[in-house]
Amino acid sequence: MFEPSEIKRLIEAGIPGALAHVVDDAGDKEHFQADVVSESFEGRSLVLQHQAVYKCLGSKMGNEIHALQLRTWTPARWAARGA
Amino acid sequence: MDTQARIKSIIEGNDVVLFMKGSKFFPQCGFSARAVDLLTRAGARFETVDVLSDPEIRQGIKEYSSWPTIPQLYVRGEFVGGSDIMMDLFQSGELQKKLAPA
Repeated sequence: MFEPSEIKRLIEAGIPGALAHVVDDAGDKEHFQADVVSESFEGRSLVLQHQAVYKCLGSKMGNEIHALQLRTWTPARWAARGA
Repeated sequence: MDTQARIKSIIEGNDVVLFMKGSKFFPQCGFSARAVDLLTRAGARFETVDVLSDPEIRQGIKEYSSWPTIPQLYVRGEFVGGSDIMMDLFQSGELQKKLAPA
């Protein structure tokens, strides 16, 4: 059991300047969806971007946080999404 | 052979290999099912490894790429990502390019 706000806090604390939007779609407090926007993602592969987010969550990932659907964005990619 | 060496030999021995929960035909998790679906839609020939039937690989693969979740896709020895990254790459057409025979 985990609150989306706690995931948001951990990500934003771990990646200074990042903005995270986290929702608990199923309402079960185990399966979450997160969008994370950060300038630090600029020029880094998607694997490195996702690893940076996972690092913020440590061992909670796969344990308390059963599943996290994750999308990472640079500010430019975020601004252009859906365009 | 220790687990990391076993994982390395699986990855090096297969051009396209997906570590997943369940099998290609009976995925046991929504994320793994999505990964299989994307590879199938991309027209890829791929092998799968069921981590549920091998606890050592299940734990070891997370350490191998510093990646805490399953599924994990490897193409020609390179870690490509989990199902979210696969979806992203599929939508931009990069996954299909990566999977095309060299």
